[in-house]
Amino acid sequence: MMDQTQLSVEESAHNLEKHADVQLDITVEQLKKLVSPRAFTGETMLLNMGPQHPSTHGVLRLLLELDGETVVSCIPDIGFLHTGIEKTHEGKTYLKGLPLTDRTDYLAPMINNLAYCGAIEKLCEIDVPLRAQYLRVILAELTRMNSHLVWLGTHALDIGAMSVFLYCMRERELLLDVFESVSGARMMSSYFRPGGLWRDVPDVFFDLVRKVMDVFPGRIIEYERLLKENPIWRERTVGIGVIGKADAIAWGMTGPSLRGSGVNYDIRKAFPYSSYDHFDFSVPLGTKGDVYDRYRCRLDEFTQSLKIIKQALDRLPPGPVITDDRKFAPPPKHEIAYSMESLIHHFKLWTEGFRGPNADVYFAVESGKGEYGVYIHGDGGPKPRRVPFRAPSLCNLQALPQMSDGALIADLVGIIGSVDIVLGEVDR
Amino acid sequence: MGIEQKLGDMGVVTMTLEKAVGWARSNALWPMLFGLACCAIEMMSTQASRYDLSRFGMELMRASPRQSDLMIVAGRVSRKMAPVLRNLYDQMPEPKWVIAMGDCASCGGVFNNYAVVQGVDEIVPVDVYIAGCPPRPETLIDGILKLQDKIKKEPLKKWA
Repeated sequence: MMDQTQLSVEESAHNLEKHADVQLDITVEQLKKLVSPRAFTGETMLLNMGPQHPSTHGVLRLLLELDGETVVSCIPDIGFLHTGIEKTHEGKTYLKGLPLTDRTDYLAPMINNLAYCGAIEKLCEIDVPLRAQYLRVILAELTRMNSHLVWLGTHALDIGAMSVFLYCMRERELLLDVFESVSGARMMSSYFRPGGLWRDVPDVFFDLVRKVMDVFPGRIIEYERLLKENPIWRERTVGIGVIGKADAIAWGMTGPSLRGSGVNYDIRKAFPYSSYDHFDFSVPLGTKGDVYDRYRCRLDEFTQSLKIIKQALDRLPPGPVITDDRKFAPPPKHEIAYSMESLIHHFKLWTEGFRGPNADVYFAVESGKGEYGVYIHGDGGPKPRRVPFRAPSLCNLQALPQMSDGALIADLVGIIGSVDIVLGEVDR
Repeated sequence: MGIEQKLGDMGVVTMTLEKAVGWARSNALWPMLFGLACCAIEMMSTQASRYDLSRFGMELMRASPRQSDLMIVAGRVSRKMAPVLRNLYDQMPEPKWVIAMGDCASCGGVFNNYAVVQGVDEIVPVDVYIAGCPPRPETLIDGILKLQDKIKKEPLKKWA
């Protein structure tokens, strides 16, 4: 039996008109500015790639001008996943805005949380206990590995190595188990809080992280064995999508995509946050700035992440995991039973939320993709006036037309993969 | 039944055509390889190593809507994406079904704002809604099994 509440095909088509006020097609005049004049004489061909294309990593649309198989120009069309996250932040208190940050770069939720919480802590001058800082580092590094695993799997899948995807997703489940143990959610964890963490990690957390530490070194060797010297992989990646040092900086690229070109810039080293300066690690660099170098940089970051996690686990101090400033962090449950003041703090936090000063802050962290920054424009109230994000994927994507200039269309898929974009973060 | 006894062990099973078609359709779903946002990553996990959707005979993801009969709307649908999504739905050959995976596709989820379509059922008819932000792979598998049950019971004339 058909569901009574289900709309018929015609009814729903009618409903679409409400949403169809977005201009999708570009006019000929606009198009003339974007492509070369040869496109209008029929010498080159215009081809639309996406937004529903398995290799555009989501809903990226590319308008391509092709001369045979060579890309003459590549025009990215973004916004198919525009979610209005920045605008939604304006109507939420500082605490309630936190879950939205998970959903920008959904492959690295904990790092986004860290950037957002860090910005609030900078705005309100909240001190974070050392244990919370170390746990944040552990979780952020695990998240980086998670982000890189999905990148490696899909990037290899795009180029034609299916088995790598299955191996990567197998290891990713180990990391998701860790996130689930601390927050209860596999992906959208929202575990960090302004001033620390939601709660201390459970005992099983350490077992799960140690399992990751034991399993991963062998698995990284396995990935390298599959791809590093693979002639097909090298053929498809070496010398493809080259971008030089100066260009990469000029486009505002950050993260492994920039370091693949040999620029030593990592926020964890340049502007250490959450006590990253306590740990000893190196920043892998490429030389040529091609797809292969970017692949090498990310793969080497697995090893460095493991190194950081090991140090943080060994030196993890005891103590509280959230600030004891009751203006920003809720009092423990047992205190509410006998302390009137705690009850008031609790009530104020959950009804009104804490007030931030009338000031602007910018706080950036190194996410799996690059410099993920949060700018908070506070207006003295419990809600921010404006929260723009600096999304690394968006800035890295800008360089795509230059990287793909003169490339073969088959290589374009590899180049998109090597930039490592997440459309949720590009469009927000 | 009854006819089986008379026919003996000739290997004949009697059932209605409707049931036979429903059974065949339900076990040969070809989902479209179509991800929008966070839920698409969980959809990938569902197909990958630990959860392995192919155990249920539906791992054959097709990148083209013309080859698929199940659309899993995995993620938030923005207003810019809505006409594209509808276009893809119209390109799928009948019979076809839609699963709204996750809160955003079902009702807009946490994004009650100008940019997100408040439930994909506003623009395409949805058969099964899956809750969760994002739903766990088990939940997605359960949703697909629910859809299979629904397809088995569908009357023939619905798609005639």
